[in-house]
Amino acid sequence: MAGESNGAGVFGSSIRRREDPELITGHAKYTDDLKLSGMVYCTILRSDYAHAKINGIDTSEAEALDGVIAVYTAKDIEATGVPGGIPVGWLLPDMKIPEHYMLAKDTTRYVGDGVAIVVAEDQYTAHDALDLIYVDYDPRDGVANPKKATEDGSPLVHDEAPNNIAFDWEIGDKEQTDAAFANAAHVASLDIVNNRLIPNAMEPRAALADYNSITGELTLYMTTQNPHIHRLLMSLASLGLPEHKIRVIAPEVGGGFGSKIHHYADEAIASWASMQIGRPVKWTATRTETYLTDAHGRDHVTHGELAVDADGRFIGLRVDTYAAMGAYLSTFAPAVPTYLYGTLMSGEYDLPAIHCHVFGVFTHTVPVDAYRGAGRPEATYIVERLVDEAARVTGIDPAEIRRRNFISPDAFPYQTQVALEYDSGNYEGALDKALEAVAYDDFRKEQAAAREEGKYLGIGLSTYIEACGLAPSAVVGSLGAQAGQWESAVVRVHATGKVTVYSGCSGHGQGHETTFAQIVASALGVPYEDIDVIEGDSGVMPHGWGTYGSRSAATGGSAIASAAEKVVDKARTIAAHLLEAAEEDLEFEDGNFFVKGSPDQVQSLPDVALQAYLAHNLPKGIEPALEATSFYDPANFVFPFGTHIAIVEVCASTGQVDLKRYLAVDDVGNVINPMIVDGQVHGGIAQGVGQSLYETAVYDEGANLLSGTMLDYAVPKAHFLPSFETDRTVTPCPHNPLGVKGVGEAGTIASPAAVVNAVVDALSPFGVNHIDMPVTSEKVWNAMN
Amino acid sequence: MGISIELEVNGASVSKEVEPRLLLAHLLREELGLTGTKIGCDTSQCGSCTILLDGQAVKSCTVLAVQADGSEVTTIEGLADGEYHPMQQAFWDNHGLQCGFCTPGMIISCVDLLKSNPAPSEDEIRHGLEGNLCRCTGYHNIVRAVQSAAETMNG
Repeated sequence: MAGESNGAGVFGSSIRRREDPELITGHAKYTDDLKLSGMVYCTILRSDYAHAKINGIDTSEAEALDGVIAVYTAKDIEATGVPGGIPVGWLLPDMKIPEHYMLAKDTTRYVGDGVAIVVAEDQYTAHDALDLIYVDYDPRDGVANPKKATEDGSPLVHDEAPNNIAFDWEIGDKEQTDAAFANAAHVASLDIVNNRLIPNAMEPRAALADYNSITGELTLYMTTQNPHIHRLLMSLASLGLPEHKIRVIAPEVGGGFGSKIHHYADEAIASWASMQIGRPVKWTATRTETYLTDAHGRDHVTHGELAVDADGRFIGLRVDTYAAMGAYLSTFAPAVPTYLYGTLMSGEYDLPAIHCHVFGVFTHTVPVDAYRGAGRPEATYIVERLVDEAARVTGIDPAEIRRRNFISPDAFPYQTQVALEYDSGNYEGALDKALEAVAYDDFRKEQAAAREEGKYLGIGLSTYIEACGLAPSAVVGSLGAQAGQWESAVVRVHATGKVTVYSGCSGHGQGHETTFAQIVASALGVPYEDIDVIEGDSGVMPHGWGTYGSRSAATGGSAIASAAEKVVDKARTIAAHLLEAAEEDLEFEDGNFFVKGSPDQVQSLPDVALQAYLAHNLPKGIEPALEATSFYDPANFVFPFGTHIAIVEVCASTGQVDLKRYLAVDDVGNVINPMIVDGQVHGGIAQGVGQSLYETAVYDEGANLLSGTMLDYAVPKAHFLPSFETDRTVTPCPHNPLGVKGVGEAGTIASPAAVVNAVVDALSPFGVNHIDMPVTSEKVWNAMN
Repeated sequence: MGISIELEVNGASVSKEVEPRLLLAHLLREELGLTGTKIGCDTSQCGSCTILLDGQAVKSCTVLAVQADGSEVTTIEGLADGEYHPMQQAFWDNHGLQCGFCTPGMIISCVDLLKSNPAPSEDEIRHGLEGNLCRCTGYHNIVRAVQSAAETMNG
């Protein structure tokens, strides 16, 4: 039962993951699997009301329960003088930033808002005690719909934000866009809702905080996608401990999809509780708590219009969106419906005029933040739905109207009207490959024949682009990010030639230990088995920004490649000295240095490494040891793109949508491990299909979450989905050392539009031009009848 | 007040005094240190806690420890016998897992599925796994893994 030892492992091969042996045998340790000596358990009482004043909290009965160590409320936290804040990390101009404290002080603002903390000797007692805390609530009206929340007279989430508007943001040229519409031959127009989603990583969030009162050091094991960001925010905003006295460790992490990026109150609460009692404190969310506290995604109400000239060319796009922020501004929430949304409105199209206007709106709901795709699925959805609507109103075939408006392959770099400069692309290449794979023309014939028999088939295209691998730090800083977006790597060649790689990324299912080792094996010519990759511990590696936004290969991988290159450069200097040759005369092949034309006399990388560590005979001015650190700041975003096609059959008598076939042609640049890339595409598609057909967070008029358990929220099951067909084109990224882009979010970004376009196509005989997601049987049946 | 139970877990005898309300999943994880069995929900939907109880796949978050008195339990830690179970091997070979959290329960359910239907169709596999949720793989490679394991086990 040894690890992978086939010796392949070079860049581009489908090597099996080295992560898996621990995972398939149950030996991998996730946060909740850890136990520390003296550990106690923490639970959090949460508001049952969307909006209520707290008149008082009686904790006496809970405190009296056997096994309860302490019960705390916001007052107790305030009394310790810690900052106690849960901050927002992306600032927009004139944005309202209401206070967000670790526990509700006198007002609760969503069902799930934390009210009190129990610390107990065992977890059953910790849960029992929650039922013995009595909160005197004065319930108020709540509002959940982001558009309705802005209407005069709607209940206010925060008094300082009139009409619940957190920010009012726009991008593009309104005048130019209005002028384009004035000249349009056709206008496609849609009102859509981008349904609110709940991430549902299979591992609920958890924290195990271990405060050492002697040294003043906090070790925090937690479910995180970015340990250094959590360390920073814990230090600055929540706990007030010096940054170097906090060590955040990500053990095995069971999926994230964005939900484990954000800085929540709960992990800070466990840490604060450990600081109070001087024992390790564990908090593990129940699934119900994850529904009530993990940042939700999407939740837009949007009106969009596409202006088209008489030749079927797009001449203007305008989009107005009400985007829910929820009750507080979560970590990166303001960026999601603005710079990750409005900037993608050009899609794959040469669009000369664009205007996008967004209200960020407070609602009495769980905060909304980045969820797989984060802004880009919402942008792709409105753009690709409008393109299909434009095809309908102009009578041009959906594939043809796309082709007619694509940015041509020779137009790159292409400056859009909404800030981004696309660096590369070949959109028609991916479209052609996808259309050929589904035999598009034949399908249209089959569809027509089926309609004659009362069978309703539909095909939907989504020709998407995404911007990921954020991005020059100076650029994101100028847009409001309170974070950098570079990435770090250390490549350490040991004296025996074995290699340890440290990355500032923090994987949680993506297979970094495998793919990052593949990068280094290729760069150093060292056997794949001789390379270990370590991530996810702020006490071990240099500062890094973590894993999200499809950034790890493009930024983390590039950092590793840069560090490996530095190692080779230093090794070359030493090898030249040992071979008594000039550096420029040396070749480096398969891990060996030799003089050009004399491949018999070699210094292998392990030979050089040993000499580097012995330091008995180094060239002048060269320091001992063989390792390098790189901090890689990308030159631009990366821009994956592709064509996804869904084929559906709609049952005329029940309205049920059968997703018969799903094909993805993605261009993610060079591919490090094709098997892993395909896996990312599969998972992404499943979440996008989930949004389009099954999933939605439902709040009632009083802002109560009705879909608050896995019984009520339809995470797709195996039989909800077909097998997926995947293919690729390869347009390498021109500005990073590996030519890689990103793949984690592509499927989620592309697929909602593909599926809904397919359903609308199937229903075209009924004059249906739109159905909001999730496209349930009930909605379809009503549309048909 | 404790209740005495005796059971066999992964081939080893276990005697414990447990609270009547203790869930089998918590007995395994908290008392016996078998943390391979995961808890992913509180409504018996996700299947991460699936184990074999007297050879049948059950969700151990929905079984009281006292109900397992006198039973044989196999968890993911007990599935391999010197070498990987063919299902574990197939999950590895076919990239049937990403974050790995659903994997122990999923593998156990897949083992149970093949016991009752040694050569399932894709449709039967998908319906057979309706009690186990995975958020990473879209199930695509899990289906491939079950097909591959079925071939190995039937061959």
